[in-house]
Amino acid sequence: MGKTLYEKLWDSHVVRELPDGTCLVYIDRQLVHEVTSPQAFAGVRARGRDLWRPDANLAVADHNVPTKDRALGISDPTSRVQIETLDRNCRDFGVALFSMDDVRQGIVHVVGPEQGATLPGMTIVCGDSHTSTHGAFGALAYGIGTSEVEQVMATQCLLQKRSRTMRVRLEGTIPAGVGAKDMALAVIGQIGTAGGTGHAIEFAGDAVRALSMEGRMTLCNMAIEAGARAGLIGVDETTISYLAGRPFAPSGALWDQAVQAWREYVTDPDATFDREQVIDVSALAPQVTFGTSPEMVVPIDGCVPDPARESDPARREAMMAALTYMDLRPGTAIVDVPIDVVFIGSCTNARLEDLRAAARIVAGRKVASGVRRALVVPGSGLVKRAAESEGLDRLFKEAGFEWRDPGCSMCLAMNADRLESGERCASTSNRNFEGRQGAGGRTHLVSPQMAAAAAIAGHFVDIRRPS
Amino acid sequence: MQRFEKETGLVVPLDRLNVDTDAIIPKQFLKAVGRTGFGANLFDNWRYLDQGEPGQETARTPNPDFVLNKPRYQGASILLARANFGCGSSREHAPWALVEYGIRAIVAPSFADIFYQNSLKNGLLPVVLPEDTVDRLFQAVEAEVGYALTIDLHTGQVSAQGEEIGTFSIDPFRKECLLNGLDDIGWTLRHEAEIQAYEARRRREAPWLFGSEGSRI
Repeated sequence: MGKTLYEKLWDSHVVRELPDGTCLVYIDRQLVHEVTSPQAFAGVRARGRDLWRPDANLAVADHNVPTKDRALGISDPTSRVQIETLDRNCRDFGVALFSMDDVRQGIVHVVGPEQGATLPGMTIVCGDSHTSTHGAFGALAYGIGTSEVEQVMATQCLLQKRSRTMRVRLEGTIPAGVGAKDMALAVIGQIGTAGGTGHAIEFAGDAVRALSMEGRMTLCNMAIEAGARAGLIGVDETTISYLAGRPFAPSGALWDQAVQAWREYVTDPDATFDREQVIDVSALAPQVTFGTSPEMVVPIDGCVPDPARESDPARREAMMAALTYMDLRPGTAIVDVPIDVVFIGSCTNARLEDLRAAARIVAGRKVASGVRRALVVPGSGLVKRAAESEGLDRLFKEAGFEWRDPGCSMCLAMNADRLESGERCASTSNRNFEGRQGAGGRTHLVSPQMAAAAAIAGHFVDIRRPS
Repeated sequence: MQRFEKETGLVVPLDRLNVDTDAIIPKQFLKAVGRTGFGANLFDNWRYLDQGEPGQETARTPNPDFVLNKPRYQGASILLARANFGCGSSREHAPWALVEYGIRAIVAPSFADIFYQNSLKNGLLPVVLPEDTVDRLFQAVEAEVGYALTIDLHTGQVSAQGEEIGTFSIDPFRKECLLNGLDDIGWTLRHEAEIQAYEARRRREAPWLFGSEGSRI
């Protein structure tokens, strides 16, 4: 019988299997950032060891970095210490680092693929749950805790058990104005925020094949919001042409050899999955979350649901708490929800394609007067530079957006970019948890186009309808 | 790692679905470079009425309505929770904060994958019990001040005053590590030669994985 993509990736990385199925799994690439690595480096140091393979690691500071006035340095002393600690650790242990003044610096999940440090057939880990992003390349990629970061540093391996497999087929032609973010939110809405727990989700189907690598990364990025540690997409021409010429990707004869091997990283036709789900996207509407879990999502032409109609008591309770936190009343049309802040950025939606899509909407228009702040935070210095060479920065700035330097920024508000209590944000990020974008802040997850349109209108709008 | 064999302790109920790691330990506390000091900020946004910042020296204002602050649950070492506990980010600061606060085990119908693994690596036992058993436990805890559970990792039994409430399982390898306080790195380093052999084979089969032009930056 054939193998799934996940099984191929897993089987090719098992160093040793224990009787209970726990496996010692080899890790090809570790991405490192400042927040979850200091304790791991300290652990390696305390053991008196070196890194097993320094060249398998690539580091970049992203969570804490300021997104403006970088020439002034980092004003928050604890953030500064954390970033300086990363610099020192990378120097001491011989790890490649893109420092804050390097044009290649950016969000770790934007930087890895952009550099070709993410390749098909790899196992890729990072002390960050959105490592699932890299699965878009036919790689097995997942987030790990700091103890595991230390283990990979010290041994290049992890002790793990095989996940169950799940395939989500997204079929049909996706309508205009609807994209990968809407597909991701629709999947989470359907299977729930724990729907993928214990599984690796492979995304397949016409609508996935039709996506660019940027779109595929958005989809895999949010696999973790469906509970799946890893998201996966099989290798095809789109994957291979994206990687050609990237700095960390092989070149010359090695490229040809690698491409031949990469084409195997697809699910065999006769392979079977533990679970299958099919979603028709041909009538999918842009999605907007209304609550404090990504599964609390409705189409743009929908209304805030009524918890009274939820039969499960725990879910009803959760929905009531969410609506209280979000200050929303059941039955309110989503298009009538006014917003205070717009954030276009994050490892979900801060790549060039995302910025282009948002810029097309804001071109020649102005941010609504009721919107207090509208931020565009490119995913990396290279994304920023490419966007500027196309004049996107000008379109955003003329519309009244702030054009910032790359980092995680208001996705998790570890730096100065955050919501004030009670502020309501249309955000292209990935989590709408309580306080995620700042204590008391209210997050609505949307696509870049939807965030841009909300900035212009001052409330959510159905971008499928001409304004 | 702290061993886990058997724990008898007061149970504190956190009756919410999908408790995420941002709630367990908010982001501003992740700027630390050490592994300690997170217990005081466990569930910070729910536990205090004022906004917490790292390194804060002023006294905090506890939220009297939050369950961890209720006098009857002081000293609890077992957290009773709802489904998908620990969803969200991979921050190991979440189990660090729980352990430092004094929690030794969490009983819930399900856990998010990364949090589950992170807990095991810190001697914090995640116990999965069926949904209806957890429902009954919530009622029992509510009904009786001082309600305590015993969780025995050797036998996989959860009991209250000698009466069995349910049984749980855990991977034999993980169980062994918890019972003996072993960490993964020590175990893995006993197999260095195998890792080297694997690496040598991979280097032949897939040489592009072992450093290309771009990796020399």
